[in-house]
Amino acid sequence: MLVHSAAARRVIHAVFFLLFVPLFALPLLVIATASFAGGWSGALPSAPTLAHYRDLARGSAPAALATSLLTALAAGAAALITGTWAALAAERLGRRARRLLDTLFLLPVAVPSVVVGLALLVAFSRPPFLLNGTPQIVITAHAVLVTAFAYQSVTAALARLDPAYAQSAAGLGARPATVLWRIKIPLLLPSLTAAAGLCFALSMGELSATMMLYPPDWVPLPVQIFAATDRGSLFTGAALAVLLMATTLLVLLGVSRLRTKAAYR
Amino acid sequence: MPAPTAAPAPARPAAPAAPPAPSGIRFDHVTVAHGRHGEHTVLDALDLTVEPGEVMALLGPSGSGKTTALRAVAGFVRPVSGRILIGGRDVTALPPHRRGIGMVVQQYALFPHMTVAGNVAFGLKAHRTPRADIPGRVAEALEMTGMAGHADRHPRELSGGQQQRVAIARALAIRPGVLLLDEPLSALDAQLRSGMLTELARLHRELPDVSLLYVTHDQVEALTLADRIAVLESARLRECGTPQQLYRAPRTAFTASFVGTANLLPVTVRGDGAVDFAGHPLAVPTGGAAPGATATLCLRPHLLTPQPGPGPRANTLRGTVTEVQWRGATHRLHLTAGGHRLLADLPELRAVPPCGTELALHFAPEDASLIPAGLAPDGPHDRPADGTDGGPHHA
Repeated sequence: MLVHSAAARRVIHAVFFLLFVPLFALPLLVIATASFAGGWSGALPSAPTLAHYRDLARGSAPAALATSLLTALAAGAAALITGTWAALAAERLGRRARRLLDTLFLLPVAVPSVVVGLALLVAFSRPPFLLNGTPQIVITAHAVLVTAFAYQSVTAALARLDPAYAQSAAGLGARPATVLWRIKIPLLLPSLTAAAGLCFALSMGELSATMMLYPPDWVPLPVQIFAATDRGSLFTGAALAVLLMATTLLVLLGVSRLRTKAAYR
Repeated sequence: MPAPTAAPAPARPAAPAAPPAPSGIRFDHVTVAHGRHGEHTVLDALDLTVEPGEVMALLGPSGSGKTTALRAVAGFVRPVSGRILIGGRDVTALPPHRRGIGMVVQQYALFPHMTVAGNVAFGLKAHRTPRADIPGRVAEALEMTGMAGHADRHPRELSGGQQQRVAIARALAIRPGVLLLDEPLSALDAQLRSGMLTELARLHRELPDVSLLYVTHDQVEALTLADRIAVLESARLRECGTPQQLYRAPRTAFTASFVGTANLLPVTVRGDGAVDFAGHPLAVPTGGAAPGATATLCLRPHLLTPQPGPGPRANTLRGTVTEVQWRGATHRLHLTAGGHRLLADLPELRAVPPCGTELALHFAPEDASLIPAGLAPDGPHDRPADGTDGGPHHA
């Protein structure tokens, strides 16, 4: 604790809530409220209703949710595997090669995601690499965008991992593959699940690259939200947004439970 | 993981009956260097043989290359030249997992996600030990180190000393011919350390075929445990010999000051089997040293006495007391004699001489040793800088 006096601590708490509540909590609360509103012309919403959710259940929302979930799971898994693999491989590289790899994985973060979407669209629109109009191009775009985060978090975890574990294992006669699967991966598991959760959440909310690429039969939830609000159905959009938030949160909670189980120290 | 706790193991398990793993280590001109062009030599042409069943301590200050030597045996660093042999087999090009060594590191590195039994079984599984034999072998190794009751615990539930025992059990379970110990006791407090030293000595008696390479910067550990000590300094092997040899008759000033405490005095060899220190003749065995040669006289502080002993009149050093330290069983006197600092450890004194007292100290000729050539730096226990090795040693 940096602050010791009770009064000072109260001030800090007050500042925190003043910043946190309007910036983080209130907008989400407004969306949640709007999703149950029949109208909102005054200061407060009126005519509470579940109609928007009933409409969602009958419309294309379930399909969009499934699409989003599948995309995020596939892209998250691909990103986690690629990022972990790259981070493990980077350990053995020289300093210069390593910096090059770091930069390479930083690119999708540094470049606006609209540009990443456009780049994929241009690159994969002609045979033999014809992905345009397929779900795969959306998943690929998401994977490209989130791999950087997986790579970064696994790299950070590897840097913290005491090399004595792997060396002791090798000294005890374990082949490199055994060291990887029985020692390194289990010790990295908390970071891996954290990275997986992050990748999943980022992919669930991805809009800009998706907008450039999505085919008519693969419309993820964020695109639907955008479309709904774009045509003026604000309350439907709000209901969709709540659905997206709730699902993502649920999955993240599940992942964090997995993480506490995997944490051993 | 079946709990091997209940196994009614014998009180003192016998040494493994299986054919002994290849034992003994040989460093054949091993050089290790870092840096892009290998310009940073951390181990310089080490030649050293550890016999089967021998305990060899690598003793030296940090940066002396002792840990590098051990890591080269384990296979974690690759020598730029030279060969390493384990049990007569050249392992220089082999990866660590094919060298058949046991290793215990300073921070134990127990796998935190496995139980104690899982840790010990890890090496056995890696060595493809038949599944049915593993619980017995795990129990045997834990029994040996007195950890049989903790098989189902996780490392984080154990104290430092217990973790150390598990680390040793884990290394011994694979019945290696060579056990490498890298400062294994330095993370323990003083009391535990002396207990573990006794334990290690007992373990080695139970496993007489295993060669132990023991890296330490602690002379007490080296003197207590080792059959021979190799003293390293600045990437070089300075001297290798039994603890008694190194303590009683060090051949370099560095060894004299690193193995035990030493007064190192610059002397000139006289023609009559004596040496000259600051104008006073002292009778010490000069060996084959040529008259007129400079040499270093090594005197252990505890072998200096205020009264001449019985028998022939002992040599006398006159000094002025500059400081007195009480150390429980002894008093340590700091003196100046002939312009040089001198330490004397005397049995606890009734009457402590005040600073400035003139004191005559005696020593028996056989308690002194002469280090040929090599000018020792002024000061009794300061570790000399590099370059004190000083040319060829006279036998």
